Amino acid sequence: MIRLEKRPTPSRFWTWATPILAVLLTMVAGGLMFAALGKNPFLAIKTIFYDPVLGEFAFYYRGQLLVKAGPLILIAVGLAMGFKAGIWNIGAEGQYIMGAIFGAAVGLAFYPAESWVIFPLMVLAGAVGGTLWAMIPAILKVRFNTNEILVSLLLVYVAEQLLAAMALGPLRNPDAAGFPGSRNLQQYPSASNSELFAGTGMHWGVVAAFIAVIFAYILLSRHLMGFHIRLAGQSPRAARFGGVNPTALVVFCMGASGALAGMAGLFEVAGPAGQISIDFNSGYGFTAIIVAFLGRLHPIGILLAGLLMALTYIGGEAAQATLQIPAAAIQAFQGMLLFFLLGLDVLANYRIRLTREGVA
Amino acid sequence: MNFKSLLAGTALALGLAGAAAAQDPVKAGFIFVGPVGDGGWTFEHNEARLAVEEHFGDKVETVYQENVPEGADAERAMTQMALGGADIIFTTSFGYMDPTINVAAKFPDVKFEHATGFKRADNVSTYSARFYEGRAVQGTIAGMMTKTNKVGYIGSYPIPEVIRGINSAYVHAKKVNPDIEFSVIWAYTWFDPAKEADAAKALIEQGADVVLQHTDSTAPHAAAQEAGDVIAFGQASDMAEYGPMPRVSSIIDNWAPYYIDRVQAVMDGTWESMDTWDGIGPGMVKIGEITDAVPEEVKAAALEMRDAIAAGDYHPFTGPINKQDGSAWLAEGEVADDGTLAGMNFYVEGLTGEIPQ
Repeated sequence: MIRLEKRPTPSRFWTWATPILAVLLTMVAGGLMFAALGKNPFLAIKTIFYDPVLGEFAFYYRGQLLVKAGPLILIAVGLAMGFKAGIWNIGAEGQYIMGAIFGAAVGLAFYPAESWVIFPLMVLAGAVGGTLWAMIPAILKVRFNTNEILVSLLLVYVAEQLLAAMALGPLRNPDAAGFPGSRNLQQYPSASNSELFAGTGMHWGVVAAFIAVIFAYILLSRHLMGFHIRLAGQSPRAARFGGVNPTALVVFCMGASGALAGMAGLFEVAGPAGQISIDFNSGYGFTAIIVAFLGRLHPIGILLAGLLMALTYIGGEAAQATLQIPAAAIQAFQGMLLFFLLGLDVLANYRIRLTREGVA
Repeated sequence: MNFKSLLAGTALALGLAGAAAAQDPVKAGFIFVGPVGDGGWTFEHNEARLAVEEHFGDKVETVYQENVPEGADAERAMTQMALGGADIIFTTSFGYMDPTINVAAKFPDVKFEHATGFKRADNVSTYSARFYEGRAVQGTIAGMMTKTNKVGYIGSYPIPEVIRGINSAYVHAKKVNPDIEFSVIWAYTWFDPAKEADAAKALIEQGADVVLQHTDSTAPHAAAQEAGDVIAFGQASDMAEYGPMPRVSSIIDNWAPYYIDRVQAVMDGTWESMDTWDGIGPGMVKIGEITDAVPEEVKAAALEMRDAIAAGDYHPFTGPINKQDGSAWLAEGEVADDGTLAGMNFYVEGLTGEIPQ
């Protein structure tokens, strides 16, 4: 009989080995699914994992990996700090939208003036927008002890309605004959978050994501605040005796994750997306939650997890376009990856014992 | 197998290979906003893609990507297709407008066809259908058949195309039934069966016994069927599986002739950037079969309307029509110009509620 025995501390070996094992298992299970759909499984796996990085058109896809991974990493790094402390900001999607609205509004207010200060102001406004939106669940939690999971999640839907209202109303392009959507910021040089080097996909949002990873790493491993965050997550009681101010911690973690999500939204709206439109948000805020856990709430892990998620998206799209694999099969494939990653966590936290049967 | 047949086989194989090399198939790409199985908008675009394959056989190769979000992801999907060797790419949703223009600028040799938009370039054409002509027929049936005098309308997004449809349906319902009232619910989606079903149920609860929709799923039909004694119309696709009740007729988007035409133009090297806006007359908009649930005289009136529009004898927006605020829009006998229709952002007189701003 197989028995699970809890390890006193998670196995270091399995903590890092399970992601690799999970990817391999996904390839096998996903390959079987693709074969069942009548597609060549080896070609499909190659298209998803190999082609975007080293294939014929990798020069384009590598840049797109950064474009896709940038916002995921930026948001996930912020979320991970809160998650470590047991503060659950599930509404990053809403903060992302508000950051985009605030930032784009500042940029559009200056139109058509050209000045180097416009873009930095937009970034600042994006961070402010995200922070303010995150402060709603934070303050309700510290003042009235509401559940931040519910409040932050529901505020996503409020933000989506505001986004639609902005795209149709105040931020609508006055030159577009009644069609919704703002002016395209890509065509407004002072407000545009264009590629820093043409064709690389490297824009300010990607740079910000890398900086955020480094800062979070230092904060969590070297700074007193990082110690407080970890302590609060592992033992809230001990944290209180240790002089951690829970109110300050909630405000800091929600505020920081909101600011990063807001900045991600601004970089996206001023760069790859280009404009405030009704459907501007495409789920980065929610996917970032997966990325945070996939990266084990560790900044370096999140960096790798963000790139891996981006790879499954980009490669998955390529498989759809070139092999005509249905979109639903690609989503199932991504689901498998998460399933195996989280399922295999059991190896990190438990030891598997084979015991003899007979003891009834 | 003897030597002779082997030789013949080889010659045949060589001949085929030679023919293939001589004329590379034209590659046509399609970017879809919903799943090909949505039963509505994307379904019809995909049917037209299949018609292109059928028409040209091995002279054409088609690729498609479904469920492509409108925004940065769309730009990537188009770039992927262009890199993959597509000669012509059809981008089949309004939200693909700026991405199409961006990608087209990077691939001057690839032709782009953007549905329902208004931005063109040397290698970007736009095309759309005059769905409002079909709405005139729907409005006529709705106005004559409703018992509660309440029509529910599920709008997707408050963009000119949708507003045009609401106005056209209302004008013609009002013509045959002066007591008619419309209520509009904005779903802010093209395809979301759950949201569409909720909207339909809400409208039916408010007393509507006709549900018109500008969204792409059959969920409103299912809701109408459940409620009983409520009629609905197929949107974008025939949705005949819900006939004869609640689905009493439909507006069918028929893209196949246009797609075949444009692919042919690429083959012949005669492709040019242009703007196409066709209606019932040229066959881009079709009225699906009117079922027996519709009384004979209603059916006759609807068909008469259809034929008058097809023949060019009647324009659905013919004055006198005032705007919602009472100001004059079209004088007696005046016909709306395409520019105003293309950017229509106002309701006509008699409609209640506001267009979300």
